[in-house]
Amino acid sequence: MARFEDQLAAVEAKGSDAQGNAKDGALGMTRRGFLVGTMAGSAMMAFGLSGVASAASGGSASESLAAGRFEPTIWYAIAPDGTVTVHITKAEMGQHVATSLARLVAEELEADWSTIEVVYVDSDPKWGYMVTGGSWSVNHSYLPLSRAGAAGRIALIEAGAKLLGVEPGDCRARKGQVISKDKSISYGEIVSQAGLERTFTEEELKEISLKPASERRVLGTKGGALDVPAKVNGEAIYGIDVTVDKMVYARPVLPPTRFGSKPTSVDDSDAKQVEGYRQTIELDDPSGVCQGWLAVIADSYSAAMRATDALKVEWQRGDSYDISEADIQEQGHALVASPSRDNGSLFVDIGDVTSGLEDANQVIESTYTTSSVLHFQLEPVNATVIEEDGHWHVHCGNQQQSLAVPMLAKALNVDASKITLHQYYLGGGFGRRLYGDYTIPAALTAKTLGRPVKMVFTRPDDTRLDCVRSPSVQRLRSGLDGNGKVVASEHAAAAGWPSAAMAPAFLIEPVENGGKLDSFAISGADHWYDVGAQRVWAQQNHKAHEVFVPGYLRSVGPGWTTWAVEQHIDELALAVGQDPAYFRLELLKAEGRNAGQAPQSVGGADRLKAVLKRAMAKADWDSRDSLPDDVGMGVALTFGQERDMPTWVACIARVKVDRGDGSVKVERLTTVADAGTLAHPDGAMAQLEGSLLWGLSMALYEGTEYEKGQPKALNLGPYTPLRMNHVPELDLEFVESDAMPVGLGEPGTTVVAPAIANAIQHAVGVRLRDMPMRAEVLKAAL
Amino acid sequence: MASFTLNGKPVSVEVSAQTPLLWVLRDHLGMTGTKFGCGIAQCGACTVHLNGSATRTCVLPVSAAEGGDVVTIEGLSDNDDHPLQQAWREYQVPQCGYCQSGQIMQAADFLSRTPDPSDEQITQAMAGNLCRCMAYVRIHRAVKRAAEIGQASQASTAGVGVFDPTREQEVNHGQV
Repeated sequence: MARFEDQLAAVEAKGSDAQGNAKDGALGMTRRGFLVGTMAGSAMMAFGLSGVASAASGGSASESLAAGRFEPTIWYAIAPDGTVTVHITKAEMGQHVATSLARLVAEELEADWSTIEVVYVDSDPKWGYMVTGGSWSVNHSYLPLSRAGAAGRIALIEAGAKLLGVEPGDCRARKGQVISKDKSISYGEIVSQAGLERTFTEEELKEISLKPASERRVLGTKGGALDVPAKVNGEAIYGIDVTVDKMVYARPVLPPTRFGSKPTSVDDSDAKQVEGYRQTIELDDPSGVCQGWLAVIADSYSAAMRATDALKVEWQRGDSYDISEADIQEQGHALVASPSRDNGSLFVDIGDVTSGLEDANQVIESTYTTSSVLHFQLEPVNATVIEEDGHWHVHCGNQQQSLAVPMLAKALNVDASKITLHQYYLGGGFGRRLYGDYTIPAALTAKTLGRPVKMVFTRPDDTRLDCVRSPSVQRLRSGLDGNGKVVASEHAAAAGWPSAAMAPAFLIEPVENGGKLDSFAISGADHWYDVGAQRVWAQQNHKAHEVFVPGYLRSVGPGWTTWAVEQHIDELALAVGQDPAYFRLELLKAEGRNAGQAPQSVGGADRLKAVLKRAMAKADWDSRDSLPDDVGMGVALTFGQERDMPTWVACIARVKVDRGDGSVKVERLTTVADAGTLAHPDGAMAQLEGSLLWGLSMALYEGTEYEKGQPKALNLGPYTPLRMNHVPELDLEFVESDAMPVGLGEPGTTVVAPAIANAIQHAVGVRLRDMPMRAEVLKAAL
Repeated sequence: MASFTLNGKPVSVEVSAQTPLLWVLRDHLGMTGTKFGCGIAQCGACTVHLNGSATRTCVLPVSAAEGGDVVTIEGLSDNDDHPLQQAWREYQVPQCGYCQSGQIMQAADFLSRTPDPSDEQITQAMAGNLCRCMAYVRIHRAVKRAAEIGQASQASTAGVGVFDPTREQEVNHGQV
């Protein structure tokens, strides 16, 4: 957690306005006290330092809650009928996050799960920095929400005991009731009969001891997700489903390049033949997102689509029209050949790598690449914008409201306090909706027209605006001594840096005087293997930034660093004639910097070792050398997104190579994951299933390249994400653990590609170092 | 003017004949359960039943549905109790959920024609529907489970079908 909090501290230090009013602290619920009071007959449980101070100086918690000026942040409420409403500040995009977060509250509150309801809140500075990403939600919410639940339980027991005429110490809480021997009273009755009055200082809150794992009745148990029923009958409302009164429909007209284009002539004579077409407008965007954009307005979206297709526009193209993916990658190769402070920074710097490599018995060097990957979230980006009495309401699914709001403020030239983002279900996030650029053209159109607008991107429009996963180039060099021991390792990675493009305040300096970098673009290179002296360079590929906005795409940097590290480890093992799995076991020692730290990374490298051993047993790794011809088994490990929040995963892929056409059939993926406590086990398994198949999809079926200012593949057809007919057998298992819960949205995506590459090498002796792995490349190498 | 039957009720919409059925359903008739994904009939998010067959609506002119019988996810069952909906909840299939209306409508048509499918038949029938969350394992499992529920229900109601028998059109679809 340290790294994320460092980043947020940096964001706050740079001024809250620039990055979304994170004025109340990192998560809107840390470093503050807790209030339990009564408003309008319901009990309100809220974080709020100023409110606690007020209550401490004589006012009641209820008065503080009622006096809006203290801005207490109500995280959940209990109504007189016993309904517990939990406010969810995270985006619901398939991870069932509301279910997990409500489970955290319900566990300590001893609530009756059937009384739980959730509300996805709109953007408001009081919630703190609003972001859903990084596989952070459950990990970051665990302590604050568990404590909030516990504080509510304590207050309810105290009030309930009074009503029952017994001592609080003689009471316990279960399933929404305070119970003392044969007497009991429900939470709803307590709230309606007595109300609640209780404050906890920040210190008191932290001193509440959470229930031991043996006492858990909610976390780790079976049960469905709250958002599933509405997703099987058409009732779930996504951003694209929003309608507001008097709105018109709009489709954007994107210029040929992301930056620096402008229209020189617009002819809508053919568009005028489309029934329902109204007009085409140019967008003037002070925020710089929409450079040379037009918007086509119509009475229906269908008309807007057809009118846009009929529009004739001449453009003055931006310079990046002439930059291809190959140019970007050429720049990457140059950067990793001689990494320096001029283009990036040091991420890891341990020991003397230079002499370690010079003195080594042999040095293994290899270069790995990945190509551009599209988010292709199935709901194309869209936003519906309405201005009412000077306040701008923006309706859409979004993962980082605290970044979108200041961008909108700049584009609309209004104060951020005049903008509210209203949240809906997201038809896929995967990091795409961390960047709210897609709300800007909708807002500008509404402003220009002076009326509500619903703007929807078609799929090709969406692809052209996508903040893709940057292509990457990585060079690894490692030295081995005469005994086959790794003594030094250097890793340089070049890619576009999402944080540099979208949120520079998130750049950090991990090595003292090593320079600032985007940890999201290099995480994973700071692995848990003992490789002696170690140096890792993150290089920013500025060429990429000239062409597109590099995005956060499910797992971000570990998506390419793991591809390189886990193949490189195999290459080292092969160089010294060792089995790659046993070679890894030797490199994993829970000592020194790899010992781990409680609570986040307790156990350290031993936990990675444990998942590897278990996966080896499940996949029958030891029979690997007696597999049929052209069948191979490969392994890869990941620790997820950050060393400070490790999710320990081992994946073994079994593949069969067709020598005829070079195609690879993945027969089975065996995966063991240790994510600590599972707040919602079924949801955790769904994330593991989906993320592994995402990894498979990127390994073999996705990838595109920039050409003439845009991705070559704009839609299905040329872009070919995994379908059901390519799903392998999955053998998945979670380690039973009561350790700190960590993240699961992303880690599974990263291990599959290197496991497959290693398996292909095992099957047919060919090493594929470029992702996606293409059949024609493999065929040519056979 | 376009006229057809939507979820058992006659509807008429003032709209140009070339408007894709998808947008007539979503923007004119307020049936937003059917989704817009790729716009070229390759992802399956826009699948509905037209005259009993799973049909992609994002490229289908509304004129092609003239006088026809359209069933969307909202009209698949009376109480969200179609065997597929039961199975979808039982196996907790949806993640983001955006493709799921299309998946369910595709599977419903498939099961009506193939009430006792093999694993391979399920895969073939569903391979045209993209799930970006990659919930494929559960989709497959749930289609199989729905077939079981349908078969059991068929047996217990002596071939009447699981739907309200007074709803003529759905029985005619031969839904399991």
